[in-house]
Amino acid sequence: MHRQLAILPVLVPLVAALIQPILALASPAAAWPIAVAAAAVTTVLATIALAAVLTGGTIRYPLGGWEPPWGIEVVLDPLSGFTVMVLAAVATASLLAGGPQARAYGAREPIYYALALIVLTGLIGMVVSGDLFNVFVFLELSSIASYALVGSGGGRALAAAFRYVILGTMGASFYLLGVGFLYAVTGTLNMADLAARVPDVSGSSLYLGGVVLIAIGLALKMGLFPLHWWLPDVYTYAPSPVASLLAPIATKAAAYMVARILLYVLRPVEAVGLPVGTILAWAGGLSILFGGILAIRQTDARRLLAYSSVGQVGYIGVGLGLANDAALVGAYLHILNHALLKAALFIAVGATALHVGFRTGGLGRGMPVTATVAVVAGLSAVGVPPAGGFFSKWYLLQGTLEARQPLLTVVILLGSLLAVAYMYRLTETVWRGQSAVPRVTPEAQPAVLISLVVLAFAIVAAGVGNTAIVSHVLTAAVPSAR
Amino acid sequence: MTDAPSILPGLALLPAGLATVLIVLSRHRPALRESWSIAAAAVQTVIAALMIPAVLEGRQLVWHAISLTPDVPLLLRADALGVLFAALASALWIVTTVYSIGYTRALAEHSQTRYFASFAMSLFAAVGIALAGNLLTFFLFFELLTIATYPLVIHRGTDDALRAGRVYLLYTLGGGTALLAAVVWTGALAGHLDFEPGGILAGTGAAPGALWTLFVLFVVGVGVKAAIMPLHTWLPVAMIAPTPVSALLHAVAVVKAGVFGLVRVVGFVFGPELLDELGAGVALAGVCAATIVLGSLAALPQDNLKRLLAFSTVSQLSYIPLGVALGMPAAFTGGVLHIASHALLKITLFFCAGALHATAHVDRISEMTGIGRRMPLTMGAFAVAAFMLAGLPPGPAFVSKWHLLSGAAAAGTWWAVAALLTSTLLNIAYFTPIVVRAFSKPAAEDHHHGSGEARPALVVPLLLTAVAGIVLGLAPDGLVDVLSLARLVTVSVLGGSG
Repeated sequence: MHRQLAILPVLVPLVAALIQPILALASPAAAWPIAVAAAAVTTVLATIALAAVLTGGTIRYPLGGWEPPWGIEVVLDPLSGFTVMVLAAVATASLLAGGPQARAYGAREPIYYALALIVLTGLIGMVVSGDLFNVFVFLELSSIASYALVGSGGGRALAAAFRYVILGTMGASFYLLGVGFLYAVTGTLNMADLAARVPDVSGSSLYLGGVVLIAIGLALKMGLFPLHWWLPDVYTYAPSPVASLLAPIATKAAAYMVARILLYVLRPVEAVGLPVGTILAWAGGLSILFGGILAIRQTDARRLLAYSSVGQVGYIGVGLGLANDAALVGAYLHILNHALLKAALFIAVGATALHVGFRTGGLGRGMPVTATVAVVAGLSAVGVPPAGGFFSKWYLLQGTLEARQPLLTVVILLGSLLAVAYMYRLTETVWRGQSAVPRVTPEAQPAVLISLVVLAFAIVAAGVGNTAIVSHVLTAAVPSAR
Repeated sequence: MTDAPSILPGLALLPAGLATVLIVLSRHRPALRESWSIAAAAVQTVIAALMIPAVLEGRQLVWHAISLTPDVPLLLRADALGVLFAALASALWIVTTVYSIGYTRALAEHSQTRYFASFAMSLFAAVGIALAGNLLTFFLFFELLTIATYPLVIHRGTDDALRAGRVYLLYTLGGGTALLAAVVWTGALAGHLDFEPGGILAGTGAAPGALWTLFVLFVVGVGVKAAIMPLHTWLPVAMIAPTPVSALLHAVAVVKAGVFGLVRVVGFVFGPELLDELGAGVALAGVCAATIVLGSLAALPQDNLKRLLAFSTVSQLSYIPLGVALGMPAAFTGGVLHIASHALLKITLFFCAGALHATAHVDRISEMTGIGRRMPLTMGAFAVAAFMLAGLPPGPAFVSKWHLLSGAAAAGTWWAVAALLTSTLLNIAYFTPIVVRAFSKPAAEDHHHGSGEARPALVVPLLLTAVAGIVLGLAPDGLVDVLSLARLVTVSVLGGSG
């Protein structure tokens, strides 16, 4: 049972996805509760698994009983355990809030939830895979389901989904090509095995090529500047519940992969002195600035949030690029904080029925709870204590000072100022502004409200309790702890 | 000064924090809702007062049960400076709540729950700022104060109010970013973030250029709330808020948090010696002196009473950092003492302005002809507070100014002396016409609605604060030994005997 904890978080949503259409023949309305329940069970399992890893050490589970390096294994260590928990928990909140919204845009519910659960399966599978090619399989699994979900909105969503397909497949192909190079030069796909062989092959140009291709492919999936072009349209035109599901977690799984492969497996800086870290950090810095500046100028709420995501993912990029302990703690913490705050914001905006953009402001005047949650999430994005986002920035700032990169310190602080501007704009226009529309949206439905309130509490708890998270989980997750 | 672990500093946070939640929960029962504010204010004052004797005996109560990050705890330390500010803010919260009840009832204000809840959260933040023992704790509550006061600034909900709110956020959050940069940098230089009398940055071996930049970041970071020129613009704009908000927050909590922060930076982060070496102390004192004079000059032509008081605040606030930046014991004591003097007198003046607005609907000085004859208590308190604020004995501002002047003279900084004296003259210049006009015969048929004195809920608080001001001036080491507290701060930072 103990070893199975590694694979269960992948299996539960997968099985739930497969039985959805069957059960829904009997009762279509059951699709939503089943999906939420599956995600909730996955969250519980992930939490238990993380606890087991922290007390008992890394868990490895060979699929089918075939041992690595020939067999495919699934690995749970503090970092992957933490990330799985974040993905599952936030997905639960999104699926819960997504119910009323999915019904509203006319989704065919059993298929919709099946696809959503497959996305979750794919993302979690990526994170726990101990094998490079297996990562690709799960990556494509979640991506294909995402493309379908995004496209299900029809109209402009179809065009956005098409762009997503092209660019997403490009990214995945880069990744696959890179994996191919590495396989050619090391003869193995297993991450641990590969890590051991890196010193022998690090002089070869195939190795370098592999590193670069993998980095580009994953950076694209992560939404890091300048490989972010798919992101704004997808998050803007996708149906609200789809955006609420994808935006918080999809880029985080990719960010995890960047961390895992570049910092734990390939370690190109150590191996050949390739300044992947510096490039990554500066891509992150540019993301922060670019995302922030463009977010300020948006008139559509979800497009604003999309560019905000580009900016916020930049923080993670900076942390991963600098790669000292403080910066990594900040980056990992921001995986949690950004997932929470982005989910809350997308859900809140979706609940305000802003498909017309927020040129018509003030629609949310009758939604005090939703507005308060949005403000809390906004404060986290800016980095105001005690919201969680402040603490991830705190560690990142320490990391920049430790790495003697004062320019990045300034960039991070500028990012906060930019976030003030666009978050203020968003909350004031949507939830307070003077509206030309006489009828305002009523407060959100109970399921949405519950999800929002839980997320708001989680945002503050992640801040107030960051010491617990950092000292118990994240300090064990950084490479130097091994 | 020895540290003594105690739960009292932590308890001091509890009343305001709980009250915020209880107020929201009681939103449909106004009487219950208001009673939470008053109860919390009373309890908080008692707790703050309980910590005073310990400090006077040389024991600082310390509480650090929560960790903010693995390296930095949420540290509350009740030293002399912190206890002074905490007790002051808490006591004034009581009167302001009573006043607020009268004011909001008189004007049938909307969104009263949000108003009182934000007030409570602001006081929570203010106590946290006062008792913060390290820079991260300080920063947390400092930013929280911005968030808590924003709903109060935009309370009216008009376009002007929202614009004022935007300016307020821009300045305060911008300052907050500079402050964060300074805090992080200090942690890297000094290796820890605790406040220590005499500073923590001396001996870190940092280059003077770096220390200057750090100092500027700090001054900008806290100086926005302290309304040092040219960072002061938000204060007159924020006068659009209801007067009780202006009274407590912009005469006491927010701006006092700013100058309090400056005292902490000068005395407990950099230290007077280091500032002397860098020459940064004199620079800060110079900027303050300019603010003092220019602020008073800007007040002269104002017709709107609250705007005049706002500029007067801008000017008077800079007495405090001027005092601590000069590095002389008497000036330091005077600066710290002025925290209390100015708070009591300025809040009285704002209370009067609010009473005039709520009762006679008078906002402009030009409309105030003869109002003193119909509202003798209000204008009487105004007159007394105004002249005491200008520095006339037996007011408390006379005591603080006397200390400031002695210190400035001892330091040989005659320009500081000149600035203080000029400000005194200017104060008299802009307050006298108001008082004279108020008590002169009304010109013609007066078309003021409202008859007679303001309602008790408004008058009693302003009389209380005015009397408290007189008492503080006559006996600064009396019932509440404010003078000794101020001297303790000086001694801890500068050494010697205050």
